[in-house]
Amino acid sequence: MKTIQSTGVVLAIDNIDTDQIIPAKFLKSTEKSGFGKHLFANWRYKKNGNPNPDFALNMDQHNSSILITGNNFGCGSSREHAAWAISDYGIKAIISSQFADIFKGNALNNDILPIALKSEDVSLLMHQIAQNPKTKIEVNINQQTVEINESNFSFNKGFEIDPLKKKFIVEGIGDLEFLLSIQKEIETFENSHVV
Amino acid sequence: MSGTIIDKIWDQHVVKAVTEGVDALYIDTHYIHEVTSPQAFTGLNDRGQKVFRPKQTIATADHNVPTVDQHLTIKNELSLNQVNTLIKNCVDHNIELFGIGHEKNGIVHVIGPENGLTLPGMTIVCGDSHTSTHGAFGTIAFGIGTSQVEHVLSTQCLLLGRPKTMRIEVNGKLGKGVEAKDVALYIISQLGTEGATGHFVEFAGTVFENFSMEERMTVCNMSIEMGAKGGLVGIDQTTIDYIKKRIDHLSDKKIKSWKLLNSSSDACFDQVIELEASTITPMITTGTSPDTGINITSNVNSTSRNSDKGLNYMQIEKNEVLIGKSIDYVFIGSCTNGRIEDLRKVAEIAKHRKKADHVTVWIVPGSNQVRNQAIAEGLDVIFKDAGFEFREPGCSACLAMNEDKIPSGALCISTSNRNFEGRQGDGARTILASPITAAAAAIKGEITDPRTYLN
Repeated sequence: MKTIQSTGVVLAIDNIDTDQIIPAKFLKSTEKSGFGKHLFANWRYKKNGNPNPDFALNMDQHNSSILITGNNFGCGSSREHAAWAISDYGIKAIISSQFADIFKGNALNNDILPIALKSEDVSLLMHQIAQNPKTKIEVNINQQTVEINESNFSFNKGFEIDPLKKKFIVEGIGDLEFLLSIQKEIETFENSHVV
Repeated sequence: MSGTIIDKIWDQHVVKAVTEGVDALYIDTHYIHEVTSPQAFTGLNDRGQKVFRPKQTIATADHNVPTVDQHLTIKNELSLNQVNTLIKNCVDHNIELFGIGHEKNGIVHVIGPENGLTLPGMTIVCGDSHTSTHGAFGTIAFGIGTSQVEHVLSTQCLLLGRPKTMRIEVNGKLGKGVEAKDVALYIISQLGTEGATGHFVEFAGTVFENFSMEERMTVCNMSIEMGAKGGLVGIDQTTIDYIKKRIDHLSDKKIKSWKLLNSSSDACFDQVIELEASTITPMITTGTSPDTGINITSNVNSTSRNSDKGLNYMQIEKNEVLIGKSIDYVFIGSCTNGRIEDLRKVAEIAKHRKKADHVTVWIVPGSNQVRNQAIAEGLDVIFKDAGFEFREPGCSACLAMNEDKIPSGALCISTSNRNFEGRQGDGARTILASPITAAAAAIKGEITDPRTYLN
């Protein structure tokens, strides 16, 4: 994964917790797949199970794979089911002004890019998408940029990502492969480590 | 040795500095439960790998278990499958399991400390955000996702960036009826749910020095609710006394080495926050985020952290005083407030009193040991006489994964840690409070200042 090109879907709510992303009643599965249909279930569906027409994801005409959302996204529970649901739904990048720490780690471990921009830049993006839902956003991981080049709107902002995580995502390596590769060093450490 | 307790423990666990910002960190103890571990085991099984250090892994069933008739088969098929999957994985990988009905069964963050498994200076992880509870013992303890559960099962290590450090000092004397839970809710109300993001917190000051281990656990438990990666308290005689009752042969040398981990007087934190104990009162939350706590007697508008969405969901007005508001349910339990000292305080208020007729009261002990201790002290009789249901251990209505759900629209005073929309059941409305505030509400049937029930 090097670039993501997509329209954006906006969920302009601060402090969206992982209980909203995936309610606890859906955590009874022992699989990693199939959570996408339950993403934001309590907001996305009415009590009778029909889609809530007023919910942003249901209004998105463009199958957007970039979510733009409020501050402190992913707070609360450590459930990785939240990241699995987002990934299964088809979201590849999330833009917010801040992410909760555990969620951020879970997102990266599932190849979802958590992109933190200044809150005024997030607002600018939200405003632009409200004006023109067809706005094309390009996320470039190598250059660490979020870019929009519309005739009447241009936007180019950089974002931070840990260099090691970036390398892993670009090269398709996981933490686990790396940790397994240093098993000898782990065993050496254990020989001198007193619990 | 100079430095913060956080950096000192971290440094002792670095297997390899992989890059300037990322370490391979060794994990001493890994707690697992039925909800966030199955997919991790599938990863190992698919690779044909056995758990790398099974003796450093301890399992319990807690999130999905019923809290009545635990001797019977679990009715919900999916819950039963999760619990059975945990049993199979523990047998296949030679991991000690405190399953349903086991004398050591209970909520993961209750059983670790009470069985002497959580010890100072350790790194501890679990696929549960309230793993920070173990920080009360001077440990680096934090919640992880299931991918990381697989990393630890496979290698006993995680790849992590070193956290920033924050010291939160609370000095002075707490007033009558002001509990550890109130201190936690107060700190969160001051910092906000993202106030400590990126940081590991040391809680310090005279309030924490005077706290029991259980009180320290209550505050460390809610570190995540201020956005922190984890929270801990330094190691002192209170820590040592608690541990001595639970493990054999604790040498003076060991105790000395633990105390050396404490932050030095010249330790440099990235942020320091000082709060005054006398300003803290009994607290209740008002919205759908744990940072919406107010003094129980104050107007809802005394916090600016509510959103219209949250207040609408709670059916609470911006300019409301909540004292006297009728409640429907009381939940006393969870890894925040499900320990014996909590139950003793609840019993003190419930003694010779009865709950209000219209209120349902569930008391869910954090573990079988807590439950058995409560029975030994006769607390169960007090609860029964008061009309409280005294149940079997589990996470229960804290996250409502089992049958213990608060009905839609019902208002619940809860000693748990989260008041998110739907947390205690679809449409359930949650007010977070201390055990004595919850107990007082159970008796009066409405939100009540617990101090009116104290001698």
